[in-house]
Amino acid sequence: MLSPQSRPGDPQITPELVSEHGLSPSEYQKIREILKREPSFTELGVFSAMWSEHCGYKNSKRMLKLLPTKAPWVIQGPGENAGVIDIGDDLALVFKIESHNHPSAVEPYQGAATGVGGILRDIFTMGARPIAILDSLRFGDLNSGRVRFLFSGVVQGVGDYGNCVGIPNIGGEVFFDKGYEDNPIVNAMCLGLMKRDSLIKGEAEGVGNLLVAVGTATGRDGIHGATFASEELSEDSQSSRPQVQVGDPFTEKLLLEASLELIHSGYITGIQDMGAAGITSSAAEMGGRSGNGVEINIDLVPVREPNMTPYEILLSESQERMLVVVKTGHLKKIQDILTKWELKADEIGCVTDDGLFRVTEGSRTVAAIPCLALTEGCPTYEREGKESSEIKNLRSKDLSHLKTRSSGYEEIFLDLLGSGNICSKRWLYQQYDTTVRTNTVIPPGADAGVIRLRENNKAIAATTDCNGRYVYLNPRMGTKAAVAEAARNLVSVGALPMAVTNNLNFGNPLKPEIYYQFREAVLGMSEACKLFETPVTGGNVSFYNETSGTPIYPTPVIGMVGIIDDTKYLTRPFFQESGDVILLLGNNTDELGGSEYIYVSEGLVAGEPPAVDLLAERQLQHSVLSMINQELLQSAHDLSEGGLACALAESALGNKTDPFGVDIILQDRLEPIPLFFGEAQGRILVSCAKNSSNQVLQTAKDHGVPCRLIGEVVPASNGFRIAGRTGNMELDIETMSNRFFNAIPTLMDKRKES
Amino acid sequence: MKVAIITFPGSNCDYDLYKCVQLVGGDPEFRWHRDSSLGKVDAVMLPGGFSYGDYLRAGAIATMSPIMEAVKEFADHGGPVLGICNGFQMLCEGNLLPGALLRNNSLLFCSKEVALSVENNSTIFTELYKPERKLRMPIAHAEGNYYANEETLAQLEEEGRVMFRYIDPQGKPTDGSNPNGSANNIAGIINTRGNVMGMMPHPERAVENILGSVDGLDLFKSLLNHISASKKV
Repeated sequence: MLSPQSRPGDPQITPELVSEHGLSPSEYQKIREILKREPSFTELGVFSAMWSEHCGYKNSKRMLKLLPTKAPWVIQGPGENAGVIDIGDDLALVFKIESHNHPSAVEPYQGAATGVGGILRDIFTMGARPIAILDSLRFGDLNSGRVRFLFSGVVQGVGDYGNCVGIPNIGGEVFFDKGYEDNPIVNAMCLGLMKRDSLIKGEAEGVGNLLVAVGTATGRDGIHGATFASEELSEDSQSSRPQVQVGDPFTEKLLLEASLELIHSGYITGIQDMGAAGITSSAAEMGGRSGNGVEINIDLVPVREPNMTPYEILLSESQERMLVVVKTGHLKKIQDILTKWELKADEIGCVTDDGLFRVTEGSRTVAAIPCLALTEGCPTYEREGKESSEIKNLRSKDLSHLKTRSSGYEEIFLDLLGSGNICSKRWLYQQYDTTVRTNTVIPPGADAGVIRLRENNKAIAATTDCNGRYVYLNPRMGTKAAVAEAARNLVSVGALPMAVTNNLNFGNPLKPEIYYQFREAVLGMSEACKLFETPVTGGNVSFYNETSGTPIYPTPVIGMVGIIDDTKYLTRPFFQESGDVILLLGNNTDELGGSEYIYVSEGLVAGEPPAVDLLAERQLQHSVLSMINQELLQSAHDLSEGGLACALAESALGNKTDPFGVDIILQDRLEPIPLFFGEAQGRILVSCAKNSSNQVLQTAKDHGVPCRLIGEVVPASNGFRIAGRTGNMELDIETMSNRFFNAIPTLMDKRKES
Repeated sequence: MKVAIITFPGSNCDYDLYKCVQLVGGDPEFRWHRDSSLGKVDAVMLPGGFSYGDYLRAGAIATMSPIMEAVKEFADHGGPVLGICNGFQMLCEGNLLPGALLRNNSLLFCSKEVALSVENNSTIFTELYKPERKLRMPIAHAEGNYYANEETLAQLEEEGRVMFRYIDPQGKPTDGSNPNGSANNIAGIINTRGNVMGMMPHPERAVENILGSVDGLDLFKSLLNHISASKKV
């Protein structure tokens, strides 16, 4: 193999330098075997990025193979920039979720903004126009000034970027718990729409075709971002700020329009975002996928600063750049398109037939590595997994004394309505443009966001879900719960669940207790996705979410998409009319483990999280969809954090402007606490006109789903009343509304103080 | 009604406007910011978005683009010009309308549905609205805080050039219903001649029941009626 020459000024490769690059001695040995020589300093940098967890999935790949990825409607599964499913009428839906946790912990605004930028590029480089964004966020306790800083910065970053590009935000979730104090989780999901035949892949097809860099010039920002994201954070991480990229949504918008025009022009054969590990990963991956090689002449790469070394140029993560493979002879034509959009296109190399990722500088070769060694060749590991005994103890903690409470239900109920995990998230999504593109038919604040398709009057629903406390206490069960909740959210708006993109946020996989969580989570996800027929079409793994040795709760976020056959079936979570009856599908239980109730009232995260019966969930999904398709329902709402009482409150309070009251009578032989606030899975709350209730009951029965009438929607002035066998609650709507809608604004106003 | 919709780099409501003009039976055409002529059109619309990334100030750089010369000339000859959101910001920056749009007083981007009163229904943009009608439509902006000096505000009020105001459910222009700190709760204004209107709310996002409101429709229909009527003369 052609041996690259070392450059003057390159440091000597020592074991210390190898270790600083995040490579183990055995991995370094493997590199030497592949190259049959010592790597150059530039090559070491390239391997370090490509074999990082972020690019190479080295500690996750083997487990991820256990996930179901196929179905007749899956056009593109894992391995490309994004997953693609067939949604009929020659249309395809492209979607993916991605994390930007590490950058957001250090620089929340830019970290979150560039997270959105990256996921948008993943979508439009497949040939699809982005149609919606969702964000799945987790923070510590909002009473901390640092957390409020992170929270407001992330929300503004997500908002400003998406708003500027003009993609509506349709939902997502935010969760607050001390378990995320130093490590916020910032996952952004994007959906795109395209004609089936516009699909283009990130492949370097056609030997002799040109490699063209499009977009901004390459600077020194974000160098080794991928390696940074593959380490734990520490006190020193603030000094990593130069590894955080800076975004420019204006350029992104131009890049979006220009890319779609390029793809439709037919002058290009492949396109890929220069995301993590920049030019290196985009070029090597495109070469690897096509089985060809790529050659880059480093002198041709447009740079922002003088004297940048090949090492820096190859590993820069400057934002808003793309690598495009242009058919020979068409460079001028694509330059014309890009000039129209005020963008630059520079030829930086070509597609070769030798399978090598080759980089030249003047007459010197500075790197020559087989593309496949960089991509497929990344070593993968199955680590040792063992459950932490501390968590085992927490899970088996006896909570029975918490099930009884002689009185004061109203007080604790109001505390729950005002808790960050249950209260209205309006403060946050009011900072997001939710209506641009005039297709948003269910905006944030419902069980799932919905975008209608002008093309065929169908609609696409999407949601993100995960209760990290459940996963922490029981990774397998908790992950099943996340998949089940996502599916419940989709069916509640009238959508058939179709596919999943996942974002696996965990601590350091080299620790047995973390790897155990990861393995169990993947197994739970696999089981649930198989049963629900919602294959996983891709996603992202984010390990090393730890600060000073303390990991986050394991948080496998499920991004799920579904289809509504006709917009007339759109169903909302809010009660519609006084006099409608309220029915509960599914069973109440006395489970309290991992609940918001015990967190808010006792500050505890303990107990066995609620059990998930996947078959029962599936029947529940089908029964609700059947009710919706018979146009029986006025509203449908999934039960989750805060249980039955909180779900009733959410349906009653609605959008704040036109609330209702409820009159509920529950016959369950349960203590009031688990009855009101328990988080038993497999439940959906629906309302319907009185004369439809028999049909609703019959439909549930036909599907073998427990269902009963529990009360009635009443005018708001009648108040909110729940009567159980051994305890009652009675509140006025205004008090509830104030707690529910003002909780986050009140806390955020404190930000001026600290 | 042939309508030129101007696309600047960073415009993102241009397609929404296009669809909306089509919906009311108009004939929309895009014009690019580098074009120097509008061609033969009956009205011009400046869409929302972040023209030139909102760099310098929202709408500021757009006023220097070649097409804006043509837009000014069109307006000078009495042609109807509607600026929505970023388009309103451009009209103020380009002195086609008085005043300025400052950062929202919350300092945050604000996206929600607002209630509006129709303050003047005797213009080409609003003649189909009944005076007592309360409109609902979305806003989505970070710089929508309308500001003008006392004298200008007094003049706008006196001449009936305030077109829309943010109101509460009772129809009052209260502080609580003012989403951005605008002077006198102003959501939209018109020039003295009555042919150039700017507004922060998005009427083009309130044109179908499925989107939650159809209160924006009559604005576009008013303009269409006016143009068809003037063509007959």
